[in-house]
Amino acid sequence: MIALLRRDLRLAVRAGGGFGLGLAFFLIVIVLVPFGVGPETEILTRIAPGILWVASLLAALLSLDRIFALDYEDGSLALLATSPLPLEGAALMKALAHWISTGLPLTIAAPALGFLLSLAPEAYGFLLMSLLIGTPALSMIGTFGAALTVGLRRGGLLLSLLVLPLYVPTLIFGAEAVRRGANGLDATGALVLLGAVTAGAFALLPFATAATLRINLR
Amino acid sequence: MSMWEYANPKRFMGWTAPVLPWSFGLAMACLVVGLVWGFFFTPDDFRQGSTVKIIYLHVPAALMAINAWIMMLVASLIWVVRRHHVSALAARAAAPVGLTMTLIALFTGAIWGQPMWGTYWAWDPRLTSFLILFLFYMGYIALWEAIEDPDTAADLTSVLCMVGSIFAILSRYAVNFWNQGLHQGASLSLDAEENVADVFWIPLLVCIAGFVLLFIALVLMRTRTEIRVRRMRALEARARRA
Amino acid sequence: MPDLGTYAAEVLSAYAVSLVLLVGVIGLSWRRYTRVRADLEKVERDG
Repeated sequence: MIALLRRDLRLAVRAGGGFGLGLAFFLIVIVLVPFGVGPETEILTRIAPGILWVASLLAALLSLDRIFALDYEDGSLALLATSPLPLEGAALMKALAHWISTGLPLTIAAPALGFLLSLAPEAYGFLLMSLLIGTPALSMIGTFGAALTVGLRRGGLLLSLLVLPLYVPTLIFGAEAVRRGANGLDATGALVLLGAVTAGAFALLPFATAATLRINLR
Repeated sequence: MSMWEYANPKRFMGWTAPVLPWSFGLAMACLVVGLVWGFFFTPDDFRQGSTVKIIYLHVPAALMAINAWIMMLVASLIWVVRRHHVSALAARAAAPVGLTMTLIALFTGAIWGQPMWGTYWAWDPRLTSFLILFLFYMGYIALWEAIEDPDTAADLTSVLCMVGSIFAILSRYAVNFWNQGLHQGASLSLDAEENVADVFWIPLLVCIAGFVLLFIALVLMRTRTEIRVRRMRALEARARRA
Repeated sequence: MPDLGTYAAEVLSAYAVSLVLLVGVIGLSWRRYTRVRADLEKVERDG
């Protein structure tokens, strides 16, 4: 399992693996927002939590179709399915690799980009916390979506249509935690619920992902 | 004979052939009676004026939008557990009907909201949940359309339907949580059932019956279409081999 | 025609939109139903 994780990470870091792409996309979206809504600091401060969360969600979405596509084409996915390692574990490792290569960098970069949107100073801790708790769920849900569309040649657009509605609870709880933190309210409830969504996704979706992969490999 | 024999495609075509016109006719009768009764022969509400008449479309459509998804979920489960092809096809047949019901509920709600709440759209938990339900229907239908192999498509959409149901329920609670965070207790509830008087209630029931029957008729009709498409494909494949 | 008062436009448009959508889904389902039935009959006769 660890070997699989290492291999996926190496592939992600290599050129064209999409490691830096998600991050660059995140930066560009954040830079574009003030052009769209105007440079007034008060407005930016108010919408910053939501923008940061939506942008990280889109950045995570960007690299999803790579999770299984290459492995499916060159046949290593079929190998994985016949290996002694349970496919559920492989799905979990795939999600983890996706998180380390996109979710984690996004989480680390987000506070820096918070300055650009003049995020309220009290909110930085909550931003970091909520992304740290929430982005693994984005990767796991995305892995499930990628497994659903792996057999399709032009699955990219369909993938976003399938995955984005599933992201709604994570987005709501995550952005709500930051917003409450920014307004000096108690954000523990939102963070706990966000953690519950993530835990639930990791408990349930590896099985659903493995089942879909088996169907697609039939 | 067990109830599952009714799900054999051939038997299904047999027993639905006479049921279809009946259910369709009954649905039309209920809809015409209920809507005409509601539109022409019910008094205006003292607060809502004549907009109360929209309830005869809005409530049944919203009910069926949710029930259609539940029916798809049950049909998906039956497909996964017992692998009855008719079940998978019925789930596929129900999705566009459910989508239409969701659209009707959203549109009539928006039109009703303009004079009553002063806005077509508010990010009220109920409205938002329906919008999310609409997105789920679109994803489900798109996945069915995208996959060529029928059994793979049935399997994958079933998994999507089950996972989607969990997330749809989760979204419902998340949305409640989210809006309370914005404005405490300012609910724009549509729950009028408790205080609806009999004058409105009885035609509403007739309309609900009409929508239910219409849903059944449409699902039967569309399932029959899907079975025929399946049979035609099988025949063509056989002809090509020969 | 009942007196709809100030909200006539809203009520009528709600009914219009709903009926169009209902007729749409019924019509599309019916059209595909008859077409597929005819196609299948043709295939079965020829085959």
